[in-house]
Amino acid sequence: MLFGTIAHWRAQLQSGAISPTELVEELDNSIAARDPQIHAYLSRNKEAALQAATCADLSLPLGGIPLAIKDNICVQGEPTRCASKMLENFVSPYDATAVTRLRAAGAIPFGRTNMDEFAMGSAGENSAFGPTHNPADPDRVPGGSSSGSAAAVAGGMAIAALGSDTGGSIRQPASHCGIVGLKPTYGRVSRYGLVAFASSLDQIGPLTQDVADAATLLNVLCGHDAKDSTSSPQPTEDFCAGLGRDIRGLRIGLPKEYLSSGNAPEVRAALEQSICCLTELGAEVTEISLPHTEAVVSAYYIIACAEASSNLARFDGIRYGHRAEGNMSLDALYSKSREAGFGAEVKRRIILGTYVLSGGYYDAYYAKAQKVRALVAQDFTRAFEQVDLILGPVAPTPAPKLHDTQLTPLQVYLSDIYTIPANLAGLPGISLPCPQAGCLPTGIQLLAPPFAETRLLQAAHALECALKG
Amino acid sequence: MKPQLDVAYIAELSKLELSPEETERFSRDLNQILEHVRKLDAWDTEGVEPMYHPLPAFDALRADVPGESLSNAAALANAPAAQEGQFRVPKVVESAH
Repeated sequence: MLFGTIAHWRAQLQSGAISPTELVEELDNSIAARDPQIHAYLSRNKEAALQAATCADLSLPLGGIPLAIKDNICVQGEPTRCASKMLENFVSPYDATAVTRLRAAGAIPFGRTNMDEFAMGSAGENSAFGPTHNPADPDRVPGGSSSGSAAAVAGGMAIAALGSDTGGSIRQPASHCGIVGLKPTYGRVSRYGLVAFASSLDQIGPLTQDVADAATLLNVLCGHDAKDSTSSPQPTEDFCAGLGRDIRGLRIGLPKEYLSSGNAPEVRAALEQSICCLTELGAEVTEISLPHTEAVVSAYYIIACAEASSNLARFDGIRYGHRAEGNMSLDALYSKSREAGFGAEVKRRIILGTYVLSGGYYDAYYAKAQKVRALVAQDFTRAFEQVDLILGPVAPTPAPKLHDTQLTPLQVYLSDIYTIPANLAGLPGISLPCPQAGCLPTGIQLLAPPFAETRLLQAAHALECALKG
Repeated sequence: MKPQLDVAYIAELSKLELSPEETERFSRDLNQILEHVRKLDAWDTEGVEPMYHPLPAFDALRADVPGESLSNAAALANAPAAQEGQFRVPKVVESAH
């Protein structure tokens, strides 16, 4: 298997210990050896990657580094299927801006990673092409929806990967697989070329083996993009600037609402260990309150499904995507194409979203949810007047077993409670592993005010070093 | 008021032709979810402005400058059916007989 960070392989490439084409070959061999058990990848174009490797510019920040890309981010000339039958034959006609920026920094997109269909799911099991397995325990899920990206990085099949996070889809699989996952502030990374799920919540971000790599990738990914009207004009920074600086005196809040008795023992232990490390590093950990925590799941699923029902209306079997065969009316063509192209969870969310936007219910559900969202954001604004960062769990439990049919959709949704708030409020959040002997991978989460990624990464790096002891 | 979600009707609005099994399953799932999300009513939102977007509004329009766009061939490359540089669609006008 191919382990080692971006920093490690950069040094190897620059010293000439390995060539960019050899690195692609080694990675390809690792994937061929391990992926039949894990199913992290949906496709990979080795020829295109080798061709890019032959002309790699090693002086660039990511020169010659192959990176895996989630299947909902467009890579020109490659399939972008969102793990859906709807897009089974879709080939991207252009690069997403995030991919354009990676290429400009010398990186080589290599491989499209498995995911929950259209990013709707928390386990990776909603892929139309079969689930991904957790490299730490193949009987368990890797989390989702960036299931393949997390499993590839954790399983020695990718140096790092891009994912997308709408309600925790980068941070939660990172936690379940034992790697680092960063969701940037809403608007930091252009969404141009990211297949839209919920446009006011979606954000692209990196899944990496350590915090320094996440900062390196963020430096490349961030920046205003005229092609995305929600891309922020906020100037970017050198997100590596805080790495290695001490965090003495940093105020860290621990929301009392996140200390639920429903948290698994591993999750409680990871939190306690993190508090201990942060205190030893000289940070002040204090209890705070986010009073609207109980409302976040409801508000999120109303908003996310409403936006999804609108965004997914574009899949009508006319311009791209699956089209039903046979002679029929236009209406029947839409309905039959969509029925055959979408999986169960996607249909469930489209129906819920259509319902909450329909006449007579809009104010009761959709407008109400957006008001509660404002209160959730206000909780954070108030909390960040007292503290610099917030510490919490990523998920209430470590990775569940595959095919656990005991859970209803509602129970699955409720497990997103700790990751959803960052999306509703547009905050940056990072999940980092907190390894404990004999236990499944469990991460902890740090949240920061909007655009405070430098501080977030500084603290995450200090904590990562302390946890590694 | 506890309205039930009529899945068959909403599926029609959503342009989804569900099977009877799906209709039954989604009715159960979605009405359970709705029962949960209705608890939002308990939160006081009097005088709160809805937050439709996480960022403060700014001038989002880009400069109106002609630029390169997808070629006709690239735009049609993913079409399920195309003809003479256009998307082929089913007949939308009902015939008289």
